[in-house]
Amino acid sequence: MNTFLIGCGAGFSGDRVDAPPPVVRTLVRRGGPAALMFENLAERTLATAQLARRSNPALGYDPLLELAVGPVLADCLAHGITIVGNFGAANPRGAARALARMARAQGLAAPRIAIVSGDDLSDAAGRAIVRGCLSTPWDESRFVCASAYQGAFEIADAIRAGAQIVVTGRVADPSLALGPAIAHFGWRRDDWDALAGATFAGHLLECGAQVTGGYFCDPGRKDVQGMEDIGYPIAEIASDGSCTITKADDTGGLVSVQTVKEQLLYEVHDPAAYLTPDVVCDLSAARVQETGPHQVRLSGVRGKPRPATLKATVFTEGGWLGEGEISYAGRNAEARARLAMDIMQKRCGGDMHLRFDLIGLSSIHGDDHNRLLSRLPAGQLRDVRLRVAGRHDDEARVDRLLRELTALWTGGPAGGGGVRTGKRKRLSNISCYIPREQLPARFDFHEEGPAE
Amino acid sequence: MSDTAVTTLYDLAHARTGDKGDHINISLIAYDPAHYDTLVREVTPERVAAHFAYREPAAVRRYLLPHLGAMNFVLDRALDGGVNASLNLDMHGKALSFHLLDMPIEL
Repeated sequence: MNTFLIGCGAGFSGDRVDAPPPVVRTLVRRGGPAALMFENLAERTLATAQLARRSNPALGYDPLLELAVGPVLADCLAHGITIVGNFGAANPRGAARALARMARAQGLAAPRIAIVSGDDLSDAAGRAIVRGCLSTPWDESRFVCASAYQGAFEIADAIRAGAQIVVTGRVADPSLALGPAIAHFGWRRDDWDALAGATFAGHLLECGAQVTGGYFCDPGRKDVQGMEDIGYPIAEIASDGSCTITKADDTGGLVSVQTVKEQLLYEVHDPAAYLTPDVVCDLSAARVQETGPHQVRLSGVRGKPRPATLKATVFTEGGWLGEGEISYAGRNAEARARLAMDIMQKRCGGDMHLRFDLIGLSSIHGDDHNRLLSRLPAGQLRDVRLRVAGRHDDEARVDRLLRELTALWTGGPAGGGGVRTGKRKRLSNISCYIPREQLPARFDFHEEGPAE
Repeated sequence: MSDTAVTTLYDLAHARTGDKGDHINISLIAYDPAHYDTLVREVTPERVAAHFAYREPAAVRRYLLPHLGAMNFVLDRALDGGVNASLNLDMHGKALSFHLLDMPIEL
């Protein structure tokens, strides 16, 4: 049967760098045409990367690129496994240079590296496009950067033109899998069902271990063996776009109907209209069936014509976030933590809105207006950590909040310990939709400069 | 007493949260397809909205996927502004699936 294998080497920036080698070993063992995708760009990762590039023009691509790709580069090149990653982030050319450097350092022949561009809207021209498409009011003086989600076809074109590695910035996550599948099967731009099927193969792969037992295991209820050595997923894609999800050989983790269903609906809103730059996907008739141990087949995903617009995300400066924590333990600890909370509200609540958590009682299910926390009756917890968080444009006020939290050491309730405080700049984001003809994507090949 | 028994969703279904901006989706998947109709009857968008009322979601929508024994809930503006604005340690709302699973239901 004509199948195409796609392995996933990373599901976010900061993922485990020892995940790719077992995936690549498995792809080599199974034989046949294959690709390895790296998904490294969460919603705000790109904005962080833009800031890194501004502080040093050589940076702005994924900081773990060398650690994650280095150990599998030789095997991928030797076995014709195309590497596709959005690890270019805010500096795809910098990532391509780094990859070329890595290949040289390992004594490998220079790989053909393609760079997909057209996503970045941070320059004056891009900003003008954003200005024309934002329907919500925004403060342009706080603009940091913007980028649009590009699709799979430029990735496919680059592979057909001979790329062994494709570096992108912002593309829709599943397009990283769809691109190489298009290059392999030769699907047309209106093969909607096949495009939708392979898009959902990419969707299942794009978060790495989230389809192989990660973000899933619940001891005693949803057990997964070998979580410490969880294998990353491999999709076997068929010529009609349907796929079978498997995982790297000789690893822990689990591929089951349950893990696949959870990831299938992850970040999906209307299951009959899941929009990507390439196709609109419909899960209404999708089927998920176990076909063997750690083998689950997804079929029946249908496709409809792609949207006329591309989604873009615009980042603006969002002021300062300050967070501070202090713990109380032993007899009457909860009452002491609650008193500390009361002191902080009285001393700093006039400066900015404060969120409180009593870690041990409620730390993450609560809301920023403290409605859930205020509903929980006072009890007798013996180990409670107070957390205070606030945001303000004025850094000095945030600094004061953190000083006040620290002062609970000496001026607060008895036995308070373990003070930690931190502050960081925040970025706000808004989304907009831009007619795709305003945002053509393209690819070109990395060329070694004489200085390199 | 009626002959109905009360349990929590945790006993019948598993769930996963995903975030996009200030919106979350929570999938709810029956362990046993035989329980799907009970879930459809009990876990209405109105009840989910009430369960998450403290977060003041702007809207709660439910999508049914009977082929998969699953439903998908979308809660608009339930993340206090989302990943880049929330003061929550869990700015993605990753843990909110387990809040849904605490919901009591009648069998």
